[in-house]
Amino acid sequence: MTQSASPQALSSRAPGFSLSRVSWDWLGVVPFFLFAILFLILPTAFLVVGAFQDSVGNFTLRNIANLTQPSIVAAYWISIKVSAASAIIGGAVGFLIAYAAIAGGVPGWIRPTLMTFSGVASNFAGVPLAFAFLATLGRTGLVTAILIKYFDFNIYQHGFNLLSFWGLVLTYLYFQISLMILIMAPAIDGLKREWREAATILGATTWQYWRYIALPVLGPSLLGTTLLLFANAFGAIATAYGLTGSSLNIVTILLFAQIRGDVLHDQNLGYALALGMIVITGASNIAYIWLRARSERWQR
Amino acid sequence: MKRAKIGPWIALFLGTLYFIVPLIATFEFSLRMRRGEYSFDAYAVVLADARFQATFGYSTALAFATIVVGVLLVVPTAYWVNLRLPKLRPVIEFITLLPLVIPAIVLVFGYLRIYNSESWLPMTSSERLTDLLLTFGYVTLALPYMYRAVDNGLRAIDVRTLTEAAQSLGAGWPTILFRVILPNVRVAVLSGAFLTFAIVIGEFTLAALLDRPAFGPYLQLIGANRAYEPSALAIIAFGVTWACMGLINVVGRASHGQTPKAP
Amino acid sequence: MAFLEIEHLRKSFGTLNVVEDFDLAVARGEFISFLGPSGCGKTTTLRMVAGFETPSAGAIRIDGKDVTEAKPNQRNVGMVFQSYALFPNMTIADNVGFGLRVAGRPAAEIKSRVEEMLALIKLPQLGGRYPYQLSGGQQQRVALARALAVKPKLLLLDEPLSALDAKIRVSLRQEIRQIQRELGITAIYVTHDQEEALSISDRIVVMSQGRMEQVGTPFEIYNYPRTRFVASFVGTLNVLKAQVVDVSGKLTVDGQPVATAAHLDGTRPGEIRSVALRPEAVSLADADGESNRLHGTVEEVSFLGSVVRIRVRFGENAVSLDTFNKPSVPPPDRGTKVTVSFARDALLLLDGDAT
Repeated sequence: MTQSASPQALSSRAPGFSLSRVSWDWLGVVPFFLFAILFLILPTAFLVVGAFQDSVGNFTLRNIANLTQPSIVAAYWISIKVSAASAIIGGAVGFLIAYAAIAGGVPGWIRPTLMTFSGVASNFAGVPLAFAFLATLGRTGLVTAILIKYFDFNIYQHGFNLLSFWGLVLTYLYFQISLMILIMAPAIDGLKREWREAATILGATTWQYWRYIALPVLGPSLLGTTLLLFANAFGAIATAYGLTGSSLNIVTILLFAQIRGDVLHDQNLGYALALGMIVITGASNIAYIWLRARSERWQR
Repeated sequence: MKRAKIGPWIALFLGTLYFIVPLIATFEFSLRMRRGEYSFDAYAVVLADARFQATFGYSTALAFATIVVGVLLVVPTAYWVNLRLPKLRPVIEFITLLPLVIPAIVLVFGYLRIYNSESWLPMTSSERLTDLLLTFGYVTLALPYMYRAVDNGLRAIDVRTLTEAAQSLGAGWPTILFRVILPNVRVAVLSGAFLTFAIVIGEFTLAALLDRPAFGPYLQLIGANRAYEPSALAIIAFGVTWACMGLINVVGRASHGQTPKAP
Repeated sequence: MAFLEIEHLRKSFGTLNVVEDFDLAVARGEFISFLGPSGCGKTTTLRMVAGFETPSAGAIRIDGKDVTEAKPNQRNVGMVFQSYALFPNMTIADNVGFGLRVAGRPAAEIKSRVEEMLALIKLPQLGGRYPYQLSGGQQQRVALARALAVKPKLLLLDEPLSALDAKIRVSLRQEIRQIQRELGITAIYVTHDQEEALSISDRIVVMSQGRMEQVGTPFEIYNYPRTRFVASFVGTLNVLKAQVVDVSGKLTVDGQPVATAAHLDGTRPGEIRSVALRPEAVSLADADGESNRLHGTVEEVSFLGSVVRIRVRFGENAVSLDTFNKPSVPPPDRGTKVTVSFARDALLLLDGDAT
């Protein structure tokens, strides 16, 4: 950077030229900021402001208070439960698989294969994913049929239903696990083999190595990525919509229905619903970014 | 320490099972249309469906538009930030992360309210303008991935030196940007582009709420009304996603081949 | 009985022998270096002593106890890694105290031992810092303290200075040696840097392609290299092609006669053999006392500061020689005709043919 010339140097050369150059620099990012304001900031801000207004534009907290009505609380609660369950299970399973492929001493071709596949699977979300699970574990799905035919075991008579809470979690896991694998792989790479060797030769058992070194080092990434998975699931709608139509009362489907047909008959309550979502996904993302920065502090 | 351990193999086996079985089941289901025997009838029906062709074509066109707008928006910005405004990097990075924080459904809700037909910028007043709004929405959704890819690519090359070298040879800004910088981050841009394509092609929420005839809403409609076609469509969608990711790997590897590494 | 005994150690990966027939007895308190280029098997040997690799054959005994099959955490061995390998999530004090902590020692004992170790490495005030806040040299000293805190029987150092700057490398290697002497601990030091090995070790094991080439004191290794590999790897060496004239020690180099103190038994007149000369054994003067003289032309002059290295060509062969820099005497110009001289016993005969 030779940009920051001293004032003397500026005045001894052409000061006007230097000044105009500084302002030109800022012009370079104007299109980006204009775009971000128009299609990212303004729409969000509009909803956030609207959440605190009544239908004629006066300030009110009634919309926020109205979020406490049972059906909305239930929708948030189911969304949080689905997101948390799929994030925690997906995080744990994804971590185990990634660790097995990277540090488990398996042949070298497994890792790139797994990474490519995870890239695909993490993007294979939405309606097609719902179709895939219907074809697998739906009432006429292949696995359901095989279990009935060969094991005489009908999962639908034993409490399982794909169009339920656990069915949705099981489906979400498809992209949650793969996202976890993708994000955790670099962190697992960051676990140096020498740390384990140094711990071992100092007398530590495998358990002590995990307890004192590996888990504390990976902790921020593990927790942070799980939070990211949570936000990821919380904002998702297409998979759930493709799977259950509008029968499952999660908050994204509720908002979807509200936007389409205004089922709440209250525009500003819809804004509050959106605000609630932003707060939840925002909080988990901020926590993710903070934890990420913490974990990168050690990556040296 | 190369001890043969059983644990990793079990984890990988169960993981593979979970990931592969739904694909097999979907494929098997998609072949079941003709009673009593396997056939590709469901695929034939789907591919012959005029709405499939129309929506898939629409989404493809939209994906390309998104990629073009995204590249034109992201590459100059990321380049400029790297070259002249490094202090702005955290701000830009934060903004590009926002689409991960704000759910797509919230974003489109805002669009519908701000750009409705009575507003100061009535982007939903005609189909063409709505297409444009949808494209911008997709650019926003793809922003985190596109920006990350391009920024990583730019950081890997020495932007400042390349620019100064080009300037010393008398190149103007368009030449620098399109003939010097862009070719050097080609792989990064292509990776971002394929990822964008994979995101856009089956996107449901924005298209459904802006009421445009895209592939995502079509999938949902078929899923609600048909038995075997959805499985065929899921396999096709999976194939498209796989192709995009495969192409990212291919261009990534090709670039590795170009830069000879010391052994 | 030696303190550390390594017997007929072999390590193979598939059909590839990485270490072959490694045999070494190390006395208590001795400082041994394994020296060789990368891939010579020195690190693999060290890792077998540490227990990270299982030998394909052979035995390792520490203080009379067979540890060939023992796990690393049961060997009571300390190790320092090239990459420091400090635990990033722990303070310096916690790093140093880690071995005692996992051994379940009382907190008070850990605390006093940690203070003792930090004083030993002269970083007593840094106990509360984290590794990423320390320089590379400081980190490696902490790693040394961590390895020593558990009072290991044996200290293993795997290229501990390779990642550091040249200046720190020199000062830290002296410090390592001093601490090792102070504690009287037996140490094995792996390095590819011959200067490091020569300056620090009691004995050096020179290795190449999985085999031990030579074991000896730095003096022996440098002055009496037994193989061409050792001669060329340790120090700078001029290798000349000489033709045998007479088995009594007469040879010619580019037609000029020279004599060697080495035995030429087993050679035949007319045969071409490789002979070696250290740069510092050659002088650029027609010295009376020296029996060998060669006439040639100055080809290259490199001014290295205290030393001036001059390359003199005779024909097919050339030698580099070192002269001390004297401000009053400028180095010769290129193309100058000169005579170089060296002693009979400076001309070393190398094993193997002249290829």
